[in-house]
Amino acid sequence: MLVYIARRILLTLPIAIGVSLVCFALIHLAPGDPLSAVLPEGASSEVIARVREAYGFDRPLPVQYLIWLKHVLVGDFGTSIITRRPVTAELAPAIANTMAVAAVAVVIGFAAGIVMGCVSGYRIGKPADRLVSTIALSGVAIPHYWLGMVLIVVFGVQFNILPTSGMGDGGIGSLFTTWNGFLHLLLPAVTLSVIPASIIARSVRGAVAEVLKQDHIQTLYAKGLAPTRVFRHVMKNALATLLALMGLQFAQLLGGSILVETVFAWPGTGFLLNTAIFTRDLPLLQGIILALAMMFVVINLFVDVLQTVVDPRIKRI
Amino acid sequence: MGMSFPTEVAADIGFSQPSRSFWAVVGRRLRRDPLTVACGLILLAIILCAIFAPWIAPADPYKTSMAYRLRPPGDPRFLLGSDELGRDLLSRLIYGGRLSIFMGFAPVFLATLIGTTLGIIAGYAGGTINALIMRAIDVFYAFPSVLLAVAISGVLGAGLVNTIIAMTLVFIPPIARITESVATQVRSQDFIKAAQATGASGTSIVLGHVMANVTGPVLSYASSLVSVAIVMASGLSFLGLGVTPPEPEWGLMLNTLRQSIYAAPINAILPGVMIFVTSICLSLMSDGLRQAMDVKQ
Repeated sequence: MLVYIARRILLTLPIAIGVSLVCFALIHLAPGDPLSAVLPEGASSEVIARVREAYGFDRPLPVQYLIWLKHVLVGDFGTSIITRRPVTAELAPAIANTMAVAAVAVVIGFAAGIVMGCVSGYRIGKPADRLVSTIALSGVAIPHYWLGMVLIVVFGVQFNILPTSGMGDGGIGSLFTTWNGFLHLLLPAVTLSVIPASIIARSVRGAVAEVLKQDHIQTLYAKGLAPTRVFRHVMKNALATLLALMGLQFAQLLGGSILVETVFAWPGTGFLLNTAIFTRDLPLLQGIILALAMMFVVINLFVDVLQTVVDPRIKRI
Repeated sequence: MGMSFPTEVAADIGFSQPSRSFWAVVGRRLRRDPLTVACGLILLAIILCAIFAPWIAPADPYKTSMAYRLRPPGDPRFLLGSDELGRDLLSRLIYGGRLSIFMGFAPVFLATLIGTTLGIIAGYAGGTINALIMRAIDVFYAFPSVLLAVAISGVLGAGLVNTIIAMTLVFIPPIARITESVATQVRSQDFIKAAQATGASGTSIVLGHVMANVTGPVLSYASSLVSVAIVMASGLSFLGLGVTPPEPEWGLMLNTLRQSIYAAPINAILPGVMIFVTSICLSLMSDGLRQAMDVKQ
C-alpha cells in the first residue's frame, strides 16, 4: 500500500511539471510582447528594466522558465498589474470563496444524486427510471450559467425572496453562521450542484443495478432482510466509487465554476479569472490557472489514494 | 476450418426469416423510439432555420431601433420581443443558430481529426513515441476542461477562431486517449500479424485495419461531445470570450441581455432556451442512435 502511494505521488510529479510548463507558456502564447503583458500601463524605463531583469526576459526561454519556477516554488506568483498586490494575496480569499460554494454544491449534488440514482436503480426500465434518467441527462446537457439566470428570474425577480448577487457583507465567515450569508450561498450552490447531481445519479443507478443483480443480495432478500437493510449493503459496495466521484466533481467545480460565479457575481476564483482576462492582468491569470490546475492534480491524487485505502478490492501495485 | 455451418450460425443467417440489412434494423429500432426521432426532428428544424435564416427571419437581426428597446414577447412588431438595442429577438435567435451550432461542431470535428491521428500514431508505433504523445496528453488532462478553455481563449483574446482553437485543444486529449487504447489493443491482435505476414505495409495496415476498429468508438464518443461543445462555446461567448458583438449568437445574446434581467426577464432567458433545447436534443439523439446502431444487442 505505502509503496503504491509513494509510486502514485512520484507519477504525479511529471504531470505537475507539465502543468507548470503549460501555465508558463500561456504568457508567451498571448499576442504581443510578454514584457508589455506583465508591465503596468505607462511604466517608467527604470521599472521596465527591473521587470525585464526579474523575469529574465532577455534570457533564453528555458532559463526564464526555471527563474519563474523558482519563484513559484517559494510561493511568489508575481504581482497583479492592476492592483499592484501580490497575486497570492488576491488568490487566497478567492479560492476560499470558491471552495465554500463548491463544497456546498457537491454536498447538495451528492444527496440529490443518491436519491435519484436509487429511485432509478431499483426500478430499471420502469417509468420512474426513465423519468429520472431523462432528468439526469438534462442536468448534464443544461447550460448551467443559463440555469443560474433562470433561478435569478424566478427567485430574485418574480418572487423576490433570495439575493442574487455577491455573498453579502459578512464575507466568507458569515456564509455558514448567519441566515443572510446562507441565503446568498443558496442559488449559486444549487446551480452548481446540478452537474454533480446528474453524474452521481447515473453512477448510483449503475451501481445499484449492478449490486442488486449479485447473488449475495438475493440471499439477503431470501433470508428475509428488509429492503432498507439490503440498501445498506448496496451502498457499502458503491461507496468507494461515489467518494471518488465526489472528489473529482469538487475538483471540476473549482475550475469550472467561472460561468456561474460570473452570473451571481460570486467573488471566487472564476470571478477573479474573468476580471484578470478583461483587464489583461496576465500574471494574475497565470497564477489563478496554475493554482487551480495544481489543486486539481492534488485532489485527483488524493482521491485515487483514498479510494485504494477505502476499497480493498482495488489492488494496485 | 469446418466445412459446414454450425447450426446456430445457419439459423442466424436465417433460412426461416428474411435477412435484414444493418440500416433496416436501425430503422426498425428507431421507429420504436419516438424520443430519438422527435429530438432529431427538432434539431433538423433548428438547423434548417439557421441555414435558411434570411428567408425565415421576419426582420433584420442587426437593425436596431432605440424606440423599441426590450419589448416583451407578443408585441405586434416583435413576436418574441426585442433586445436591449431594439433588435428583433426571434430573428436574432434564428440567425444565432448559425454561429452557435457551427461552434459546437467545428471544434469536435477538428479535435476528432487531430486526436485520432495522434492516438493512432501513439497506439500503432508504441514505445517512445507512444510515451511522448501520451504523457503530453496527460498534462492537458490535468486541467479542468472549462478552465482550460477559458484560459486559452482568455489569453488568445475573443473571436470565433480563437474560441475554436481553445475548444479543439480541450477535446483532443479524450479523443486521443480512446483512439490510443483501441489502437494498442488492435495492434497485438492476430489479424494484424497476419496482415504483416502477407507483406502489407504499415500505412495500409493503419489505414485499413486500425482505422476500421477505431472509427466506431471514436465517432460514438465524438457525437456525445457535440452537445457539450455547444454549451461550452456559448459559455465562452457568454463570458465575452467567444463571438464579438454585434453578431447574433445565443451565448453572446445571453451575455448582453443579462444586464436587463430585471427589466425584461423573459427576453433575457430566451437565448438560453435555444442552447438548452439544442444541447439536450443532440445528447438524447446521440444516445438513441448509439443504442439503435449497437450491433451487439
